Amino acid sequence: MQVATGTSIVNRIAIGRIRVYKRPEYKIGEEIVADPVPELKRFEDARVKVQAQQNVLYEKAVKAAGEDSAAIFQFHAMMLDDDDLLDSIKSIIVEQKHTAEYAAQRGFENTAQMFSEMDDPYFQARSADVMDVGNDIIECLLGLDTSSLQGTEPSILVAEDLAPSETVKLDKNLLLGMITREGSSNSHTAILARSMNLPALIQCKDIDDSWDGKFAILDGYNSCVYIEPTQDLVDSLTRRHEQELAQDALLEHLKGLPNTTIDGTTVRVYANIGGPQDIGNVTANDAEGVGLFRSEFVYLNSKADPAEEEQFQAYKRVLETLAPKLVIIRTCDIGADKTIDYMNLDKETNPALGFRAVRICLTRKDFFKRQLRALLRASVYGNLGIMFPMIISLREVKECKDILAECRRELENEGKPYSDKIQIGIMVETPAAVLCADELAQEVDFFSLGTNDLTQYTCAIDRQNAKLEAFSDPHHPAVLREIRMTVEAGHRHNCWVGICGELGADLSLTETFLRMGVDELSVNPKSVLPLRKQIRSIDLRKPAGEGLTQNTQ
Amino acid sequence: MKTFEYTITDPVGIHARPAGLLVQAVKALDSKVTLTNKDGKSADGKKLLAVMGLGIKQGDTVTVTVDGGNEDASVEALEKFLKENL
Repeated sequence: MQVATGTSIVNRIAIGRIRVYKRPEYKIGEEIVADPVPELKRFEDARVKVQAQQNVLYEKAVKAAGEDSAAIFQFHAMMLDDDDLLDSIKSIIVEQKHTAEYAAQRGFENTAQMFSEMDDPYFQARSADVMDVGNDIIECLLGLDTSSLQGTEPSILVAEDLAPSETVKLDKNLLLGMITREGSSNSHTAILARSMNLPALIQCKDIDDSWDGKFAILDGYNSCVYIEPTQDLVDSLTRRHEQELAQDALLEHLKGLPNTTIDGTTVRVYANIGGPQDIGNVTANDAEGVGLFRSEFVYLNSKADPAEEEQFQAYKRVLETLAPKLVIIRTCDIGADKTIDYMNLDKETNPALGFRAVRICLTRKDFFKRQLRALLRASVYGNLGIMFPMIISLREVKECKDILAECRRELENEGKPYSDKIQIGIMVETPAAVLCADELAQEVDFFSLGTNDLTQYTCAIDRQNAKLEAFSDPHHPAVLREIRMTVEAGHRHNCWVGICGELGADLSLTETFLRMGVDELSVNPKSVLPLRKQIRSIDLRKPAGEGLTQNTQ
Repeated sequence: MKTFEYTITDPVGIHARPAGLLVQAVKALDSKVTLTNKDGKSADGKKLLAVMGLGIKQGDTVTVTVDGGNEDASVEALEKFLKENL
């Protein structure tokens, strides 16, 4: 067995044979031709043919992925009308008397180089588009057939990298998963994987031609691929894969149905996610939005304090992909059990009650402002909610909002747009916030109950201490009463209330929460559909069962 | 010859899609159109790759020069295009 690791784009499992996808290799000679006229004609024929292909790919991509994703092929087709590029290629043919393929290679490489030398990452990435079109022209001139590269059996595709035109051409029915050596989370491979909810690894440096035809399991959850895995692994991952398939079947059945009880009460069901790799799971599980997007991934994936631009790109992609769904991004919640070297946080004897989350942000204002500016700038790309964690007082909420207002003013002066429809909310995860909920609700659009921390702080039970299990009660009446108090306080002040902690997915409490009037439940993507099933089986006109109400009054 | 300035508000700048639309819009005019970026680099408005090569980003001011043909109509059409798309 061989194990290779990479960066996982979609957390799912693929089981099957590997197909190594390789564009044909060719070498283009530098020979001189006696008469350039036939070469000019060959180039022109190839140009017209490839341009027509790009228009076909555009139509195909519009149907498969929508206008925005397809626009790249329009760009490709227009590139083949660009006078500078065409003149440079024709002059190599006419003046240097080279072949059409040699001239095309030089012309496209020069143009690609121009883009790769630009400062901006967006323009740099366009060099791949230029080479994609260039390769199509050269392969057309050489008469190479690239249609059979994928094979005829369903397989896990392994490639150096996949160009946009290649990802569109792939037969999706034969695609179990994808592994590439190169590519970024913005690459076309990653975009395709997310849109199809297919497991994919990028930056897998150990891919090898010898894998071709071998049996393998791509484990997106653990960001690795097992080549010729042991029987134990096959058994356990097959079970997990079967759970995924059962989930898919459930989805087929519940897809598009509202989260409405028999008596007609509707509750919003959102998903909690921890990074861009989970985005596919949000749509695949039919969540209506994201109730908790943990922004820690931008800090944990970075060796140094992440710059505003880097954060902006990350948030933008999330919002853009999920628009028009509401995406609530929780501001930095570092501290306690999540620490990072470059933050230089002191070791504390009692970190759960220590310097964490908004306490760090309000102390290190410049650090906080980088995140808020990035969020504001990204807000124009979708439907954003900003949520502040670990709030205990009105003063903190006001300070957070003041700093946000300061960021807005700065962006206005810089001429950078932001949305005026951003919802602002807080995590209610401390008993202090519950008891001050009436004051806090007047300052924000929503509350989100973080039941894990709320339970720990209310019951004085350390979440990490296994010895306390005998004393802990996840349904402790004190916590249920706090939830009810928070919902009531929120509703008195036109502030909607959701639950984003683990209790939200506890099906034995769903009816209790609905009776309390909870507006939204945000759960692990996998729990969205089982929760929908539960909601649809509840009838609030029937009297509440015993034990449902007694603990919360 | 007429010139005017425009400051880009599109968050990505003159990226592939609006650059393509811009080139199409310029081709429909009877004037020669030149774009110049803040570093003084110029590009023919009919040339897609050259326009993108200017690397114009959000907040950058671009100088548009219109020469020949019905200059007033061309300026008006381009100002409208830029406001709507960039």
